Amino acid sequence: MRIVFKTNYMQDIRPWKDAYQLCLYLILLAVVATAPWWLDDFYLGELTNVLIWAIAGLGLMILTGHTGQVSLGHAAFLAFGCYANVILLEAGVPFLIAFPLAGILTGLAGVTVAIPALRLHGIYLAIFTMALSILMDDVIVLAEPITGGVAGKYLGGVEIFGFLVDRWGTPVQFFWLVLGVAVLVTLGYINLLRAPLGRSFIAVRDSELSAQAMGVDIARTKMISFALSCAVSGWAGALMGMFSGAFNNETFSVLISIQLLMMIVIGGLGSIHGAFLGAIVIGFLPQFLSISKEYVGAVFGGNTVAIPGLEFGIFGMILIAFILFEPMGLYGRWLKVRTWFELFPFYRKDMFKRQKSYLKTERLR
Amino acid sequence: MDNAQLLISGLANGCVYGLIALGFVLIYKATEAVNFAQGDFMMLGAFVTIGLTNTEYMGLPFWMALPISLGIMGALGYLLDRLIIRRLFGESQTAVVILTIALGFVIRFAAGLIWGHEPQTLQNPLAGKEVRFGGLVLGMEDVAVIVVTILLTWGLYVFFSRTKLGLAVQGASQNQLAAYYMGIPVKRVQGFIWALAGVVAGIAGILFAAKGSIDPTTGLLGIKAFAAAVIGGFGSLPGALAGGLIVGVIEPFASRYIAAGYSQIAPYALLLAVLIFRPNGLFSQVRVKKV
Repeated sequence: MRIVFKTNYMQDIRPWKDAYQLCLYLILLAVVATAPWWLDDFYLGELTNVLIWAIAGLGLMILTGHTGQVSLGHAAFLAFGCYANVILLEAGVPFLIAFPLAGILTGLAGVTVAIPALRLHGIYLAIFTMALSILMDDVIVLAEPITGGVAGKYLGGVEIFGFLVDRWGTPVQFFWLVLGVAVLVTLGYINLLRAPLGRSFIAVRDSELSAQAMGVDIARTKMISFALSCAVSGWAGALMGMFSGAFNNETFSVLISIQLLMMIVIGGLGSIHGAFLGAIVIGFLPQFLSISKEYVGAVFGGNTVAIPGLEFGIFGMILIAFILFEPMGLYGRWLKVRTWFELFPFYRKDMFKRQKSYLKTERLR
Repeated sequence: MDNAQLLISGLANGCVYGLIALGFVLIYKATEAVNFAQGDFMMLGAFVTIGLTNTEYMGLPFWMALPISLGIMGALGYLLDRLIIRRLFGESQTAVVILTIALGFVIRFAAGLIWGHEPQTLQNPLAGKEVRFGGLVLGMEDVAVIVVTILLTWGLYVFFSRTKLGLAVQGASQNQLAAYYMGIPVKRVQGFIWALAGVVAGIAGILFAAKGSIDPTTGLLGIKAFAAAVIGGFGSLPGALAGGLIVGVIEPFASRYIAAGYSQIAPYALLLAVLIFRPNGLFSQVRVKKV
C-alpha cells in the first residue's frame, strides 16, 4: 500500500497525488499518443471515435456527474456545435478560429437554455432537455437554408498550419487533433474540479439546500455548469461531424442523447475516468457484437443474419446490470478492486455503501 | 364539420396518449419515479394481446384473450418491481429513470425478436364498425377508446381519493418514512402500483392496436405521452388525461392549419412553453418548498 505523506498544503489541491500517479498518466498518454505506430488505420479510427465520445461524455459529466442536473438532450448541443463549426468553416473562417468559436457559441446556446431550465428539478429537467433534443431534429430540417435540412452537409478535411487534417485522407493527423482536444479538455476539467467553481458544482449536486446555506449562488452555478458542459459538447459535436464527414438531422437524434447519458452511467457518474471508460464501452460494443456474432455463427453454424435492435438490446441489459449491481459504474468497480488490493486483507464489504434516503415529495395535494 | 371530425379523431388519439400518461402518473404518484418504459409497456401489452387473439398466433376469442393479456401485463408489472425496481429502493430517482430507459430498449428488442418488426393490427370485434352521429362518422374503436379512457380515469381518480389503499399509496410517496410509521407496507404498495400501471399500459396497448397498426418502435410514442403527462402536471390523474387530450387535439389541427414540417413540433413546443411558464404543469400540485 502506498501512503502519501503530505508535507505541504499544495499537495491537497494539486491535480495529481504524487509523482507515481503523475508518471502513470504520462505513460498512458505516451502509449495513446504513439497509437498510430502500433495500430492499423481501422482501429485507429475506432480509437478516434472513442476519444470523441469521451469528450462528449466529459461535457455531459460536468452537468450530470458533477452538478447533478440530468440532461437527456445533449445531442442537441452536439448538433449545434457540429453545425456551427461547419457553417463557420464554409464562411471561410480558418479552422483554428472556427473550432473554438463553435464551442463558445454552443456554450452561449447552453446559457440560453439554462435560463428557463434553472427552475426545473430532476425529472422535469430531464424531460425539458429531451424535448429540446427532439425539437433540434425538426429545427435542423426547418432551417434548411443554413443547415442543409434532410440532405445534410458534408465536411472534407480542414487545414491547420498548412497540414491537411482529414478523417479519411490523413487519419493520423486527425487522431492527434482529437487527442489534443481530449487532453486539453481533460486538463481543464481537472483544474475545474480543484477550483472553487468545481467544488460549488459538487456542492449543488450533493445538496442544493446546504450549498445555498454555504453561500453558493445556485442559479449562477448551474448556469455556468450548463455553459461549460454545452461548450465541451459543442467541441465534441464538431469533431463528430468531422469524423463522420456527412451528417444530417438524424445524426444527432434523441437516441444519441440517451446513449450519451447511459455511457457516463456505465463509466461511473461523477468521475473523469468514467467518461473515458464509458466511451470505450460504447465505442467498442458494436465491434465486439459483430465479432462475437461471427464467432457464434462459426460455432453453431450459419446464422449471422443481422438482428435489428440487437445493439440497443444488449446495451440496455448491460446498463440494467450496472445500475443494479454497480451503480458507481466501471470506475467505481475499479476503485473497489484497487482498494481491496491496497487494504488486503482488511477490505470490508460495505466500505463503499451509500446511505439510503427516504423519499419525500414536493407535491402537497 | 371538418373541424368537428378532426376534433373527434384528435380526441381519440389523445385518449391513447392520456392512457399512457395515466401509467406515468400512477407510478410517479406512488414512487416519485418516472417510468420511461411506459410507452414500451403499452407496445408490449398490444403485442401480448395480438399474440393471444390473432389467428396467425394463438387465435383465442377476443373477450377471452382480453383478461388473460391484462393479467399477464399486471404480472409483468409486478415482477418488474419485485425483481428489479425494488432493489433500487432508497437510491436516487435518476437511477430509476435511467433503468427504465434501458428497460425500454430491452422490451423493444424482445418484442422485435418475438413478434417481428412488421406493423400488425389487432383483430377485434369492433373493427370496421362505424357510428354515425349527425353527419359525423366515428369508428367504433374511437368510441371505445374515448369511453374506456374516461371510465378508467374516473375509476382511478376515485380509487386514489376515496379508498384506503389509494390514500396509502399517496402517503407512501409523500413521505416514505412517515408512511412506514403509520403502518403502510410501502414496498408492497409500490409493487401493487407497478402491477396496476402494467394493466393500464395493457389497456392502452389493446386500444391502440385496435385503432391502428403497431410495431416494436411504437413504444417511442411514450415520449409524446410524456409531453402529455407534463403538460397536465405529473401527479394529477385528470391532468394526465387533459394533457393527453390537448396533445391529441393539437396534432391534427396543427398539421391542417400550420405549414408542413412545423406541425409535428407543436406538442413539444407546447411542452417547452408549459415547462418554462408553469414548470409544474397546468394542474400543479407543488408549492414552494419551505426550509
